[in-house]
Amino acid sequence: MTVFEIDCRGLNFKAVNREIKKAAERGEKHLRLLNVNGQRYICGGLKGEVKVEIHGFPGNDLGIFMDGPMVEVYGNAGDGVGNTMNSGHIIVHGDVGDVVGYSMRGGRIYVRGNAGYRLGIHLKEYGEKKPIIVVGGEVGDFLGEYMAGGVVVVLRLESDGAIESRFIAAGIHGGRIFVRGRIDENRLGFGAAVSDLSEEDYGLLEELVRDFCRVMKCSSRGVSSEEFVKIIPVSKRPFEKLYHQTSIKVP
Amino acid sequence: MKIEKIPEFKVLIDESKCIRCKICVNECSFGALRYDKKKNKIVSKDWLCVACLRCVAKCPTGAITITRNPISLSPHDYWTERVRRDIWIRAETGSPRLVSMGTNLNYPSIFDHLLLDACQVTNPPIDPLREPIELETYLGDRSISVHSEDPLGLMIEVPIIFGAMSYGSISLEAQKALAKAAKELGTLMNVGEGGLHPDLYPYGDNIIVQVASGRFGVHRDYLNAAAAVEIKIGQGAKPGIGGHLPGEKVTAEISAMRMIPEGTDALSPAPHHDIYSIEDLSQLVYAIKEATDYSKPVFVKIAAVHNVAYIASGIARSGADGIVIDGFRGGTGAAPQVIRDNLGIPIEIAIAVVDDKLREEGLRERVALIASGGIRNSGDVAKAIALGADAVAISTAALVAMGCTLCQHCYTGKCPWGIATQDPKLRARLNVDEAARRVVNLVKAWSTELKEILGALGLSSIEGLRGNREKLRGIGLDELTLKMLGVKPAGR
Repeated sequence: MTVFEIDCRGLNFKAVNREIKKAAERGEKHLRLLNVNGQRYICGGLKGEVKVEIHGFPGNDLGIFMDGPMVEVYGNAGDGVGNTMNSGHIIVHGDVGDVVGYSMRGGRIYVRGNAGYRLGIHLKEYGEKKPIIVVGGEVGDFLGEYMAGGVVVVLRLESDGAIESRFIAAGIHGGRIFVRGRIDENRLGFGAAVSDLSEEDYGLLEELVRDFCRVMKCSSRGVSSEEFVKIIPVSKRPFEKLYHQTSIKVP
Repeated sequence: MKIEKIPEFKVLIDESKCIRCKICVNECSFGALRYDKKKNKIVSKDWLCVACLRCVAKCPTGAITITRNPISLSPHDYWTERVRRDIWIRAETGSPRLVSMGTNLNYPSIFDHLLLDACQVTNPPIDPLREPIELETYLGDRSISVHSEDPLGLMIEVPIIFGAMSYGSISLEAQKALAKAAKELGTLMNVGEGGLHPDLYPYGDNIIVQVASGRFGVHRDYLNAAAAVEIKIGQGAKPGIGGHLPGEKVTAEISAMRMIPEGTDALSPAPHHDIYSIEDLSQLVYAIKEATDYSKPVFVKIAAVHNVAYIASGIARSGADGIVIDGFRGGTGAAPQVIRDNLGIPIEIAIAVVDDKLREEGLRERVALIASGGIRNSGDVAKAIALGADAVAISTAALVAMGCTLCQHCYTGKCPWGIATQDPKLRARLNVDEAARRVVNLVKAWSTELKEILGALGLSSIEGLRGNREKLRGIGLDELTLKMLGVKPAGR
């Protein structure tokens, strides 16, 4: 298949996105962005089945509101990767910044390196739509804060020992987080608990690890499903008791 | 009986009028009424009564009266009954209270201390019955050339839009009524942060969709379905804290719309975690513009707080096309009582200082200024616009038009009028067409009143009143407040 190349050198984000949209509307199925250097919102709000290769370093909000495309970044990405994304796939071969996958509603994000604070917060889920994020390295604090659904996997391929992130899954009320390695209970946020993995969890993890390693061209040797800790919500309504709800009215 | 359960209201049933039809029992969604077979009479659990007056309205014989329970707590003007009850409730439960609607405390109202001018002899008034007076209002960047091919702003036929109320906080029926009313009136309604129900897509040209911190129901097609997009940073009733839709209202349909588990509390965090600065706000503004191909105005809604003028200046520089400011009296479906009753500043002051700051910095024409939070009548609308707003947003007033009696129990999900509930049985009580008709009527009546005010002021369009503080005078306001408002005292 032909690859349509866009040289992003000297272009601002508006121009880059305009070129991408024009090409996608024309029916191009495979785009290659060259010399990307900090342009924001790449593929923002882009709909349809198109593959976009990004060579260089995309700016913040890569794939925000995206609906369908397959984006592959050969470098690092900034904050807000896959922000409020509806469907599609984002693959980053380097590191990513903060709030990756904020309120993601579907699709997948794979990150080969490390991720910053607040990965996968407010992840949603309903019916068939289930967002999935897999990180190869380490993650920052507040992982999966207020998670309402979906799946987050932290592989920690280069790490041993306990995870250092704090306030993990604070306020979680849906979804699952799998962390490879040990986790001290005091690292968990309010409303989160460690749980045993089910048969289905093992199956899902095996599939995700295999797919991640295939995409990232890394070895899954040494990664065993047995090493994962599962984090789930204590209840689907963790803040039920926070407020006193009464029908007693006060003048 | 525990002391906090001493009823606040008393249900009085006139035995001579009551025909034991039990309509009241079925109508009471709070379970305060019961039919006692043995005694053959309706008996009440007064402590459950919230004075919504549903039973009174539905009783075919007019047999029911709700009164304040005339308990006689030893009088104390400082430790009032309210204060004592608040303490008892917390002492019993150990938890803060959740409340609904705008603050019910008796803070002074500045609107009630402002008076409008009128023409006499030296400058002729205009007769609105014979001469055209325009209420059309433009929401958007006015600094661009009129010859610009594609102005981003929106023209609305009246300077009144409907404020943000989400599917979840109010019923789909109430949202539909607002959408129909907005369409008929040529104005806008705002679906708040709960997604856009498929039934509302046909009303897209009259809808503002919201992007709030929980990002519920936000996706590309949602943004593109509307006439404008609003980024919600804050709300007057609860500045600085996030949204809270109690789990009681998160039914299967709400759960599908918001993509969260059924029965959970839908919590929007206090901050957007991708916005910690004006630069970050600008990033989201442009992300939305990119996703909508620069075809829709983006508004930013904030609560009126102490340094609102500087924040508004930042918003105007962020690329937003409009600023929505919600005063401390603004309503809510659910907020912690202490937040609702103690945080924020009055909308009147906020409009004045924001308008001043934007003018001072040459930014005023770049953005629309929409004021909300406690607009009760057309007089308030006129005063808000004279202080500097382009338009106002009303929510509580629109719900009251539909039949809400302000019982302030929206957070329970038991609204007996079918407005602030997701219970199918209660929702069925709200007739969409009838509710829409009443909302349209309210705004039409206000529009006529606005024209009468403008005529008396000798102005032929609402545009001429915008920021025209010379038309206002203060009464009973101190010198500093007058200075903040940019308004002279009555008589000068």
